[in-house]
Amino acid sequence: MSEEKKKKGQEGPTSEFVTVEIAGQLFGLPIAQVEDVFMPDAITEVPLSNPEVAGVLNLRGRIVTAIDMRRRLGLGPREDGNVAMAVGIEYNQESYGLIIDKVGEVLRLGPSTYEKNPANLDVRWSSISEGVHRLEGQLLMLLDVDRILDVNGERANAA
Amino acid sequence: MDDLLSEFLTETAESLDVVDVELVKFEQEPNNSEILDNIFRLVHTIKGTCGFLGLPRLESLAHSAESLMGKYRDGATPTEDGVSIILETIDRLKEILEQLEQQGAEPDGSDETLIAQLDAMSQEAMDALNGVSAEPEPQPKPENVLERDIKPGEVSLDELEAAFQSAPGPEDELSAASPEPTPEPEPEPVSVPEVSAAPVKKEPVVKKEDVKAKEGGAVKAQTIRVNVETLEELMTMVSELVLTRNQLLEMVRRLDDSEFKVPLQRLSNVTAELQQGVMQTRMQPIGNAWQKLPRIVRDLSKELDKQINLEMIGAETELDRQVLDQIKDPLTHMVRNSGDHGLETTAGRLAADKPEVGNITLSAYHEGGHIIIKIADDGQGLPTDKIKAKVISNGIATEAELEEMSENQIHKLIFHAGLSTAEKVTNVSGRGVGMDVVRTNIELIGGTIDLTSVEGEGTTFIIKIPLTLAIVSALIVESSGQRFAIPQLAVVELVKSHAKAEHRIEMINDSPVLRLRNKLLPVISMSRLLGQEDTCKTIDGEEGQIDQNVFVVVVQVGGQTFGIVVDAVFHTEEIVVKPMSNMLRDITLFSGNTILGDGSVILIVDPNGIAQAVANERTGQDVQHVDKAEASDLIQNDEKTAMLVFRAGSEDLKAVPLSLVTRLEEIEVEKIERSNNRDLVQYRGKLMPLLYIEDNLSHNESGVQPILVFADEAHSMGLVVDEIVDIVEDRLSIEISSDKAGVVGSAVIKGRATEVIDVGYYLPKAFDDWLEKRDIPNPVKRDLQLLLVDDSAFFRNMLAPLLSSAGYNVTMVESATDALKLKDAGESYDVIVSDIEMPEMDGIAFAEHLKGDSTWGKIPIIALSSHTNPDVIARGRAAGFTDYVAKFDREGLIESIRECKPMSEGEVAA
Repeated sequence: MSEEKKKKGQEGPTSEFVTVEIAGQLFGLPIAQVEDVFMPDAITEVPLSNPEVAGVLNLRGRIVTAIDMRRRLGLGPREDGNVAMAVGIEYNQESYGLIIDKVGEVLRLGPSTYEKNPANLDVRWSSISEGVHRLEGQLLMLLDVDRILDVNGERANAA
Repeated sequence: MDDLLSEFLTETAESLDVVDVELVKFEQEPNNSEILDNIFRLVHTIKGTCGFLGLPRLESLAHSAESLMGKYRDGATPTEDGVSIILETIDRLKEILEQLEQQGAEPDGSDETLIAQLDAMSQEAMDALNGVSAEPEPQPKPENVLERDIKPGEVSLDELEAAFQSAPGPEDELSAASPEPTPEPEPEPVSVPEVSAAPVKKEPVVKKEDVKAKEGGAVKAQTIRVNVETLEELMTMVSELVLTRNQLLEMVRRLDDSEFKVPLQRLSNVTAELQQGVMQTRMQPIGNAWQKLPRIVRDLSKELDKQINLEMIGAETELDRQVLDQIKDPLTHMVRNSGDHGLETTAGRLAADKPEVGNITLSAYHEGGHIIIKIADDGQGLPTDKIKAKVISNGIATEAELEEMSENQIHKLIFHAGLSTAEKVTNVSGRGVGMDVVRTNIELIGGTIDLTSVEGEGTTFIIKIPLTLAIVSALIVESSGQRFAIPQLAVVELVKSHAKAEHRIEMINDSPVLRLRNKLLPVISMSRLLGQEDTCKTIDGEEGQIDQNVFVVVVQVGGQTFGIVVDAVFHTEEIVVKPMSNMLRDITLFSGNTILGDGSVILIVDPNGIAQAVANERTGQDVQHVDKAEASDLIQNDEKTAMLVFRAGSEDLKAVPLSLVTRLEEIEVEKIERSNNRDLVQYRGKLMPLLYIEDNLSHNESGVQPILVFADEAHSMGLVVDEIVDIVEDRLSIEISSDKAGVVGSAVIKGRATEVIDVGYYLPKAFDDWLEKRDIPNPVKRDLQLLLVDDSAFFRNMLAPLLSSAGYNVTMVESATDALKLKDAGESYDVIVSDIEMPEMDGIAFAEHLKGDSTWGKIPIIALSSHTNPDVIARGRAAGFTDYVAKFDREGLIESIRECKPMSEGEVAA
């Protein structure tokens, strides 16, 4: 389907997104912000941290702060027993990892399929989503990395 | 050019570059106080250094610029003109610096116009600050000021003008060409012809070469300047290399007879050497940071007309370059302080019977992975009273809080922001960028600063800092199945606790304490701190059963010592500290994280954060103050009281409410003097009587003697005890009242029968022996509600045990206003005891207020006063007081309450 999508979304400026799956829902991350994809292993929990923070881990000599996207979205823990994946993101010269269920593919999407967040969306979702792309058969939520990593709400408060 | 000057030039040029950038940033974000502080500090440093190097032009310019920025820092809104003029000043500074570099002396010239502009701006900012809506009238720009910024190398028109004017008349032509400030824009340096005219480059390496070239015959330097960041990167990479090597070694170890073994061994050795080498590049002798000091001290001694001898011990002690940089300024500042404030003038020293040359001793040595730097002077010591006055006037602490502090604690307040004891702003120090900055700088690099001071004998500052910032020696511990690193710097010792052993953990009202060498140490469980209690096995809630097989890491932070209970202790490891990500930075319990040799990430515990958490936990339990918001909170009779348990005269435990005790002191027995048949000791400049629990007792023969100091505004007395056992927080309920003099009664404290001492019995004994042996009235059966209104915590706490032992249920409030709140909340009492002299609403007004009240109007009120003149008594009775009792007359009070009780029983009691 990606081939088709690529062609369809070609009206207006397009950009590429890495798709990931969390609890069956498709999400997209701007490809420029994604550093790598890895399997989170040996996560050290950080006591007293926000619940969304899964912990810190060693990724090739760098310390990465892992965010559990299920918790960030207010979803229950994963039950299918599959190995979780993580998307590595560089933000303010710090390394973060978003723990998700599955990594998909790279899609090129344009404004033709784009819509703003629907008004009835759960605030935990709408607060970290930039909008929705109508794909065939499913919807893709655009994730806003800045807002995901703004767990302490500094940006929200400052704005 | 001497080293001092060339170092100054490099450093100042660097600082100015930063200031330039920061100023521009500041202009865009005028509300960012961090940027402003940074600029302010840089300019402050430049000013200070210039002063000492005798560079008046630079100094006065920097001073005016600093003053203006000071106004902005105080809250004046920065104007565009203001920032431009500062920028212009910076350019001027650079220009002078450049010539200074070429000629080795400050060029002649005048900056009056620029300074006048700066000062005018300052004035304007000040007016704005003071709310004077001064029209920001355009600054009368002197006509000969260039509209644009002056480029480096250029000379402002002012200077030219000045040069012209100062030049001798008949040689006008010549003087235009030859005065020190080279008059042409982009001039060829005249005085140092062999040097290329290349302007100062920003790259330090290039600059060094320039300097070298200029020096010409100077010995070729064996060193090059390398960007610290490069070293930093190298360091990180080496750390990664070490980790990778460790992993490889681990893998190969599992294989038998691998062909990788030998090359890997070599790799391992090379890696180790590389690590050491990189570490070495960062190490420098601390003497490098001391180079400037002798000169500074010499100049200081001239300026202040003091004779100062600076002794430096251990200059070869090595430490990380980064740490060195960070402590350079604080050290310089502190040495200046020692000279300026610490040492007396020559006359003062002679008057104090000291040798006329004052000594400042700077010493450094290694101690277990840290470096200890001491700055000692034999001057006048810290003026405790002055600090106190300043602390109170600056609102840093209240008088009551100060009362509870030891002298050393009060001294340490000089590290508090906004406290400079220098009475006037001098060139040397006293702008409020003082000891708090020193402390902040030192704490920033994980160090601690402490001080001891004896008035008249001198002050010693002790700085303890890690050798390096990048690598910290840490103790790896386990709590609730997770490993943590505790920086070795803070760890004093490790204790294994056993149920049967000498070191065991006991509980005092849910607070665990550890017996350690006959002292009690508060301990806190790591898992509890980290909210992992559910899986915690260290302190088991079951019937107070404590799992004793735990480790206690004894930690010292500042003056606070406490134990952290952990499940297991592994080993110490050199760890590479990495900061926590921004998202986790607000967790104060962790200072960073690191990757261990096995590749796992562990968190580094911040002892400062834990100390704070410990302190918070304590204040959480400690409800002392009346909360004005909620009337129901005012009722204190169910509150726990902190009791100080001690032994005196016998093996029996005795206790006093801790709030009554002003201080615990240990005094040397030799200092106890005998006069007029009583023991006295000189304490804080006054004679303090010492009392014994029983008259026939005496103090120790030698050594030190623990005493409890009780004090109110005017008097203090010391109660001699044998041993201070503990501090216990418990509900104070006197179960058996006593007729023994000086004893309120017995209470069960921490499960043991303890005599509660009546401080009120000893107090008048100390000052006046008029009080006869008192007889305690029989306890009343029914609990009568009694409201005690007194602003002095001292008397409240003294009377409360006495009244409750007489059978009253005592509620205490600290002001008449609080009492009225209770009234409004619908509380009812059988009798009110009120002080007369109180702030806001005094006792008389309070009584008058109640007189006409429908609910409380009929409650008998007994007045307490330290004044017993008939006038006041008459006034009290007129106001509606039922009776009038002197403050120390306790049985009189009990008697009086009993007398008015029948009346109350009939009318008020429901």
